[in-house]
Amino acid sequence: MIARRSLLTGGAGLLLAGCDRVVQNPTARRILFAGEDMQRGLQRALSDRAALAPEFRPDQMSPIFRANGTHNPGTPEYAALAQNNFADWRLAVGGLVDTPRRFTLAQLRTMPARTQITRHDCVEGWSAIGQWTGPLLGTVLKAAGVRRSARYVVFHCADLFGGIPYYESIDMVDAFHSQTILAWGMNGHMLDVAHGAPLRLRVERQLGYKHAKYLMRIDAVASLDGIGLGKGGYWEDHVDYDWYAGI
Amino acid sequence: MDSDTGPHVIPQVVRRHRLATRLWHWVNAVAVLILLGSGLGISNAHPRLYWGRYGANFDHAWAQLPRFPAWITIPANYNLAISRRWHLFFAIVLGFGLLAFMIASLLNRHFARDLRVRRTELRPRHLLADLRRHLALRFHDPDSPRDYNLFQKLSYVAILFLALPLAIFTGIALSPAMNAAWPWLLEVFGGRQSARSIHFIAAVAIGLFTVVHLALVILAGVGNEMRSMITGRWRVPAE
Repeated sequence: MIARRSLLTGGAGLLLAGCDRVVQNPTARRILFAGEDMQRGLQRALSDRAALAPEFRPDQMSPIFRANGTHNPGTPEYAALAQNNFADWRLAVGGLVDTPRRFTLAQLRTMPARTQITRHDCVEGWSAIGQWTGPLLGTVLKAAGVRRSARYVVFHCADLFGGIPYYESIDMVDAFHSQTILAWGMNGHMLDVAHGAPLRLRVERQLGYKHAKYLMRIDAVASLDGIGLGKGGYWEDHVDYDWYAGI
Repeated sequence: MDSDTGPHVIPQVVRRHRLATRLWHWVNAVAVLILLGSGLGISNAHPRLYWGRYGANFDHAWAQLPRFPAWITIPANYNLAISRRWHLFFAIVLGFGLLAFMIASLLNRHFARDLRVRRTELRPRHLLADLRRHLALRFHDPDSPRDYNLFQKLSYVAILFLALPLAIFTGIALSPAMNAAWPWLLEVFGGRQSARSIHFIAAVAIGLFTVVHLALVILAGVGNEMRSMITGRWRVPAE
């Protein structure tokens, strides 16, 4: 009886400890990580891929929208750009496009803009509601003549994490979604440095780490292989976050 | 050995749990344990709970949770990405497991036969008698040993139809992609941070249920109860 009893109560502890070993086994790891594919498949089966993220009223906005990740890229290059209010900054758009482009901030600001009040969901669990303004990413991609062979859009950023430039990627459905914008404005003013000046991605319906800040270059690509470590983003490559950040 | 007969007592063995119940019980036990462990790991990433549509460090938190120690979290060392991998994989096991069990239990009449609460059982006299029997650690009616007592029924109904579905649906409401697909679900819970708070409360309820459940299994006799949940055969305790 005692043996059975300790087996029952000890079993729980054993299971929890066993979980850590399981993740080190490549096959078990593959099965566990397939959870991401199952979640993505299920969610996409249940949802319209054009469905809009909830938008909010101005009185529902967070009084303080906390900044996280990089608060200032801090590199000499970025400092020089910030020095004269990003007048020398250019957004390069290239890869699988007919005409690679370099946009000034002024050019992006004259494009038709969308303003939206959306909720930012950090992978850690907190949320903040803020207002974002900027052109649709789709408008910018069309201006460069993005090709049909492109399957992903990769965002290269000015900030470094452990010496590695931050990058992220999304698929073409999210890239041309009607709420996916390149925001130069936030809460009624120009985007500040802590929140990603001069330009950041807003890809609503995905977690915060997808919303790349300090954008420098956007590439349309056919595959994520060979970009970083090939998993589509800084956190995906280095910390096992899922590329599908829909949950 | 179910029929080790002594000179005086002939133990009565009944078939207690159906195959679907037994299968689901163990799949669910593993899923719940992993979900609780990985959930505590996820909680450590931001151990503050809020009500409403938003909530971050500067906003009012109704609860500041403790940091859960390594021995109880999955993985043991803080790793939000891996905690999430465990959590999101076993969320699917839990959700579809519960759905399959519910369909099976409707078809094999487990719900109708074993979990239906009869009006007479809710009368104060019956409630009191049931409570008295519990305090005396007599959990089974010798006249109909297979029947669940009222407290068993109520707790199983609460966990099956309230706590587990609530945990599942508040979990879905935490997904920004599902917020776009099913915005009504988020409204039901009053916003993402409310859903997150309710998710945690449901998890606490499931954790408490598990602790009480295990304590009662030990009190009722681990061997007999374990066997009945593995083979289905349960020996009626001598009164």
